[in-house]
Amino acid sequence: MITDTATAVSAQLSTETSVIYAGDYLNKLTGEQIEYECRRRIDAGCTDLIVNFSKTELVNSIGISILLGVIDIAEKNGAKVAFSDVNETTVELFDMLGLTKHVNIV
Amino acid sequence: MLHEHKLIHAFGALAELGQEITNRNNFQETIRTSLHLLSGALGIRRGAVARYSRFGHELNMLAVRGLGEDFPLSLLLTGEDERQFLSNGMAPIDIGEAQVLPFFQVHNVSFDQRRLELFVPLVVRDEIVGAIFLGEKATGEIYTSYDKEIICAMGQHIGVAIAQRNLMAEIERHSEENRRLFDEMRSTYHDTVKAFAAAIDCKDKYTEGHSVRVGKFSEIIAAELGWGTEEVEGAAVAGYLHDVGKLTVERKIINAPYRINAKESAELNKHPAVGYEILQPIHHPYTDVPLAAKYHHERLDGRGYPDGLYDREIPYIAKIVNLADSFDAMTTDRPYKARRPANDVVEDLTRNAGKQFSPEIVTAFLSGMLKELKGEDRTKRFRRLLGRDYMEAEGLATKVKYALNELAPTTPMTYIAAAGSVGSQTN
Ligand SMILES: [Fe+2]
Ligand SMILES: [Fe+2]
Repeated sequence: MITDTATAVSAQLSTETSVIYAGDYLNKLTGEQIEYECRRRIDAGCTDLIVNFSKTELVNSIGISILLGVIDIAEKNGAKVAFSDVNETTVELFDMLGLTKHVNIV
Repeated sequence: MLHEHKLIHAFGALAELGQEITNRNNFQETIRTSLHLLSGALGIRRGAVARYSRFGHELNMLAVRGLGEDFPLSLLLTGEDERQFLSNGMAPIDIGEAQVLPFFQVHNVSFDQRRLELFVPLVVRDEIVGAIFLGEKATGEIYTSYDKEIICAMGQHIGVAIAQRNLMAEIERHSEENRRLFDEMRSTYHDTVKAFAAAIDCKDKYTEGHSVRVGKFSEIIAAELGWGTEEVEGAAVAGYLHDVGKLTVERKIINAPYRINAKESAELNKHPAVGYEILQPIHHPYTDVPLAAKYHHERLDGRGYPDGLYDREIPYIAKIVNLADSFDAMTTDRPYKARRPANDVVEDLTRNAGKQFSPEIVTAFLSGMLKELKGEDRTKRFRRLLGRDYMEAEGLATKVKYALNELAPTTPMTYIAAAGSVGSQTN
């Protein structure tokens, strides 16, 4: 079910740029689907990943871990990651835990 | 303010972890979730949670994040590692300090490449249940003492989850059908091991029965050390197989009726490493059999081979086999040397405690011997292996008592310092 959601909420801008919506399943084990999706996109030639947080109210520890996973996959494959539509509290959290050292907030 | 935020975030993770563990979800998923929560609580980029198998003496990875596909999924521990874990407890260990552990040395390069920074043994009710490996933080900063406290608290939860799971598995294992299957497997393994030992001993006509005796002596030592039944069996297997590497050494070198030359000795000295290569791919149900083969010629003082390891670096099981091996070499006739009298041998063991042998192991071995000499132990373990006459050497019991006193004096007055001497020679 989550696979479907992940696919449904993601959009392809061009082959090089992909947007993935974090949603709220980011905060559960099922959020690992986001990592798989990113890997799939990168394998398909995507070099710029954008994770969109417009439908994400808050990010918990599991969410942070999943996002670190996304950063890792991108770094290992020479792709760039940006986070978009992140609310202020979440930006602070990303700052505090060092995620902003590895991604741009747009 | 920042500190407060961190605290709130981390406590959230801790609370969720507690919930996850009490929920009794699928075990694998619980562990994966736990690693996410721990990584996410502190922004840790790489890590793994492993469960300890008491049976195989290994750490098996249950969840791995960011460490790459070739990260070892199973790490074999030595007796020494286990002791260190137990005495350390749950406190996180900086990787620099963990490097003295034998298993760390085996995987040092791999850990280094992945920039692992912390290692946390999971100890629950004085039992090792697993371990956590943690890599760098996303901030690039080092772990603070506050981070370590959080890790320790979360580690406790994870440890309990694994312990619960082990308990369940134990209950299942004891069901009758499983028990029977397990026993069958174990006896097949033992038969194979004995067949191997016989094959090794066949090759060496002068030291007939050497492997079998080393197995038995190792068994005696482990039992005297108070090890459990399975561990004692493991020690015996380690002894049976310690010289398996000799299968590839030329027969004429092994059987040389004279002291071999340097070239021949270099060839012979390969047998520990070769033994390790042979045994490593086999799944041994007990203790660290391959490492016992590899390091049975190491000495506490670093003058052994193949790696010249020092005391703490030598796996405990290898120290046991080393003593059993040396003892057998001294008490059997060799082509260039007759067996030495029992009193002499006891003296030699004592003198070399702390140099070649672990004093603790010598003490265990001699205590076992004394029990038999005093008639407290009627199983005749030593008499069967060494012959009745040998064990009835005059003054042997007194000699052993005296030696035990030297090794572990009860009062300073009775302490007599061990005089220096070169260790015994074995192959
Ligand atoms: Fe030997
Ligand atoms: Fe040997």
